[in-house]
Amino acid sequence: MSEPVRLQADETFVLNVGPQHPATHGVLRVKMEMDGEYIVNAETVIGYIHRMHEKMGELKTYPQYYMNLSRMDYLGALGYSHGHVLLIEKACGIEVPERAEYIRAITVELNRIASHLFWFGAFVMDLGGFSPLMYALQDREHILDILERITGSRLTYSYYRFGGLYNDVDEEFVESSRRFVQRMRKSLKKYRRLVTDNIIFRKRLEGNAPLSRETCRKYGASSAVARGSGINYDVRKNEPYSVYPEFDFDIPVYSEGDSMARYKVRMEEMEQSLRIIEQGLDKLPGGPIMPKKPPKIIKPPVGDYYQAVETARGNFGIRLVSDGTKNPYRLKLRSPTYSNMHLFDESCRGLLIMDALAFMGSIDLVIPEIDR
Amino acid sequence: MILDTTLTALAVLFPETETEDFRSGAADTEPAEEEKKKPKKDATSRKNGIILRDYAVHGYHIDVQVDPSQLLEAVAIIDSLEYFIESITGVDWIKEEQLEAVYDFSRYDFDLCRVVIRTRTSRATPSLPSITSIYAGANWHERETHDFFGIKFEGHPHLIPLLLPEDADFHPLLKDFKA
Repeated sequence: MSEPVRLQADETFVLNVGPQHPATHGVLRVKMEMDGEYIVNAETVIGYIHRMHEKMGELKTYPQYYMNLSRMDYLGALGYSHGHVLLIEKACGIEVPERAEYIRAITVELNRIASHLFWFGAFVMDLGGFSPLMYALQDREHILDILERITGSRLTYSYYRFGGLYNDVDEEFVESSRRFVQRMRKSLKKYRRLVTDNIIFRKRLEGNAPLSRETCRKYGASSAVARGSGINYDVRKNEPYSVYPEFDFDIPVYSEGDSMARYKVRMEEMEQSLRIIEQGLDKLPGGPIMPKKPPKIIKPPVGDYYQAVETARGNFGIRLVSDGTKNPYRLKLRSPTYSNMHLFDESCRGLLIMDALAFMGSIDLVIPEIDR
Repeated sequence: MILDTTLTALAVLFPETETEDFRSGAADTEPAEEEKKKPKKDATSRKNGIILRDYAVHGYHIDVQVDPSQLLEAVAIIDSLEYFIESITGVDWIKEEQLEAVYDFSRYDFDLCRVVIRTRTSRATPSLPSITSIYAGANWHERETHDFFGIKFEGHPHLIPLLLPEDADFHPLLKDFKA
């Protein structure tokens, strides 16, 4: 008879999650020091799909670089493009026609819903429920169709131009968007009955990985991560840009700080985005979509410029240091998930590993956007 | 107003320099004239001190340049006023043989005020104090800036490559970097 194996009381082991793991939604690796099922310490390793977008920014001219922005976040590409065009327009003093700005807001919100839908499906799938993903993707497909008709692409849109848009929208866009709003309202009710009110789902998420307001501040968290922790912060309201002050919408905030709060914030954000789309379609002014004389060569005056926008994933910032030439001297992309993911290391300590994966899902990760 | 509170708090760092106001209409200067002045201030040797910027043009309110030795003090003031950290990045001013580190801070409440803290270090031996002891979230931002510019952050707990490969010995955002 061999001796029974005895573990020492303080013995831990290292568990490697990723870089190829379905729960990490991309090439993300987490080194976890485990005490049984509990996490003692974690270190997130990123950079597996780093493409040096910021160097490309210095090497390309402004219009050439524009398409890079939609390759950062493949689920909510339009929000990032919006930030870039707003920055260049601010720096060069380009006037944007009102109609163009309204269409931008409508398309960004459609894109935000598409992104949240994908997150919703994937998140519930992380927790073991497969069918909501199929419903979510079905709804998302309608948005992709609407956007494909006017932008020409389904994922990596390059729809905006410095000063306006590439393509005007028509009656059918307005009609199909209205139909979608109706459809989505019904779907949201369905999701509430199917998922949000589900007792298993709620017991799993309530009280899971609570984040304090102070943690969010020290890490610079935004989007649902901050709004789920009682911070009423949304760039669309706090730092109004584009035509958002024209719309009547609310920012859902929950103070629990747990994964359920983050989930509820995003689900309610979809409803608010529907409101913005509806008002935008009602108010959509006529007129041109490009200024009369769009600048042929983009050369922002010497200086340092910053623009923040609220993308589907949170507070996206873009900083431009211009030396007055055709290329940026320095272009910094501040991605929201980078800061949101950073607090994972500290906050997952003491959690069960499956709870940590639920927490990770609630952050809404898009890895190319973290790695840039 | 948090803008004034922040200005008063930061002014302690510069007892001998006046706060410069570059907001349009602030000192009876027309915007066109102001544009001409800016290049000199922005690009080359600017003195340490506080500059008020026009939010509509630049997208931030307070622009502070500090000596590296004052950095921790300045960030501690910002922290005590409940700002959140937005990002840290660098700029390579190769003609002046200097590297600049840029720290962005903003607020969660509706009292909008964006603060930019800059500090410069020599290009040959770039080194700055780490602010991770004040803002834990500076950790990745400093590692990224170390990756891209080679700035050594003294006191950083884990200054290894973050986005670049683990054996990377190059700094791609330096202007003299050749792939």
